[in-house]
Amino acid sequence: MASIHELQRIATQVRRDILRQVHAVNSGHPGGSLGCTDFLTALYFHTLKHTPVPFDMDGQGQDLFFLSNGHISPVFYSVLSRSGYFPVDELKTFRKLNSRLQGHPTTHEKLPGVRMASGSLGQGLSVAIGAALSKKLNKDNTLVYTLHGDGELQEGQIWEAAMYAAAKKVDNLIATVDANGQQIDGSTDHVLSLGNLESKWQAFGWDVLHMDGNNMESVVSTLETAKSHTGKGKPVVILMKTEMGSGVDFMMGSHKWHGVAPNDEQLAKGLAQLEETLGDY
Amino acid sequence: MTTLFTYTDQQDTRSGFGAGLLELGRNNPDVVALCADLTGSLKMDAFEKEFPERFFQTGIAEANMIGIAAGMTIGGRIPFTGTFANFSTGRVYDQIRQSVAYSGKNVKICASHAGLTLGEDGATHQILEDIGLMKMLPHMVVINPCDFNQTKAATIAIASYEGPVYLRFGRPKVPNFTPADQKFEIGKAVLLKEGKDVSIFATGHLVWKALKAAEALMDKGIDAEVINIHTIKPLDEAAVLASVSKTGCAVSAEEHQRNGGLGDSIAQVLSRKLPKPLEYVAVNDSFGESGTPEELMVKYGLDTADIIKAAEAAIARK
Repeated sequence: MASIHELQRIATQVRRDILRQVHAVNSGHPGGSLGCTDFLTALYFHTLKHTPVPFDMDGQGQDLFFLSNGHISPVFYSVLSRSGYFPVDELKTFRKLNSRLQGHPTTHEKLPGVRMASGSLGQGLSVAIGAALSKKLNKDNTLVYTLHGDGELQEGQIWEAAMYAAAKKVDNLIATVDANGQQIDGSTDHVLSLGNLESKWQAFGWDVLHMDGNNMESVVSTLETAKSHTGKGKPVVILMKTEMGSGVDFMMGSHKWHGVAPNDEQLAKGLAQLEETLGDY
Repeated sequence: MTTLFTYTDQQDTRSGFGAGLLELGRNNPDVVALCADLTGSLKMDAFEKEFPERFFQTGIAEANMIGIAAGMTIGGRIPFTGTFANFSTGRVYDQIRQSVAYSGKNVKICASHAGLTLGEDGATHQILEDIGLMKMLPHMVVINPCDFNQTKAATIAIASYEGPVYLRFGRPKVPNFTPADQKFEIGKAVLLKEGKDVSIFATGHLVWKALKAAEALMDKGIDAEVINIHTIKPLDEAAVLASVSKTGCAVSAEEHQRNGGLGDSIAQVLSRKLPKPLEYVAVNDSFGESGTPEELMVKYGLDTADIIKAAEAAIARK
């Protein structure tokens, strides 16, 4: 299990991978990917009980993760490859023709580590509930994790799923919401205010935790706390405060980098802020 | 008047689904069932009673139900979802497209109350577009059995098929004429009556009407071939081509829109490989309305008389 320092070093490399992936094809979503880097790094290198090779779709005896906001595929692909699901070199194929690394993650091209297509928002929580119910039927006491964007919570299906998970006591489930307050058309307050998310999730019957998503110590300890809250009759949700573009100064504090790739000059400027810790692909 | 086809009882196809699901529950521990607040209507109550730990009531939240079903395949379960055909397709199309079809998940989407024969509830519930919606999804299997026995057999058969399936059935009691022991083969058409003058390809509730039409045609000296296309996708192209190359013309009959239905699938085959006249018995670009099933089938041109007319029109165009 990696130390905080090691996790931070991995996260730095993951951020480099994100910038280089989206730059290479001049498309993709760097902002949310950078914001969720610390969370996914901690999850895959510290929290999850998982076996990358050989990849097993059913994942019995393993913790499962579902990325519901599929557009942050660059961070997902980087973390999956860096933790051994597929060769890191394959990050070169991101969004290119005949690649397993589609613009949004899919099982269709059989990329190890991906268990469900995502991209059309709002579907991942329901899927995760299904996987969690399967685990209960199979007497498998491992856990199911999800990640959602905060803008994604505007989708009605999320609230159908939220109602179900609490009512049916799906308590082997830890959902995380990337509360960066940004979406494509502007801030979430400007586009469609989410109101008080803590009150909403509590009212739906969830156990609500908070975390500073760009502080590795907070991420690791909150995930541990979340695990200890499972099995008590309630699903757990972590409201994770992050900054879109985290780690690259000129990408932070705005929704502008949601789905825009850096040019050559911006890439160089970004990479200069991120030490190459594990070796670029 | 000629009578070639008889039946012993009238039953609803949805009860065939319920009976098949119960049998599956007893024989296959991986089978689970999900329902969005229509357990009685879908005849899933027997399964729920006998296997409560494998039954999942999702409430009136169909999108969530489809997502949960997709997720349950991870871990080896075979989920059967149940709600009305309208709520099984149009309402949850994107969920089926992404989480089931594109993700290649082994979910069986089971849909009752399809078409006009839902009756008095009217057009909001009478979906006539579901076959088209579902057959457009890559690798989705689309099945529309004709009676109780065939629906039961189809329900059992699809559990052994690995991949997404749309199983469509209905509400009213209709003649049950398929032999109870007839094996259901996905993608294999069933030849019900041989003939040489016209091929009638029927699906679902229209199969019985096609048989009755063939009897009436016989009295007029027309020898119609009747083929039950219970699997619309993959279509049994060989059966279509073999029949039409013999008869020289065809009629399609379905409780669905003309656009996107069985008729269009047959037209694709004929236009590519064997251009011959084809007449459609289907709803023509219209919503349904309230009424009894029988009244609606007459008003919207889906009755035995319409099949007879279509057969004569097809023959005249030879």
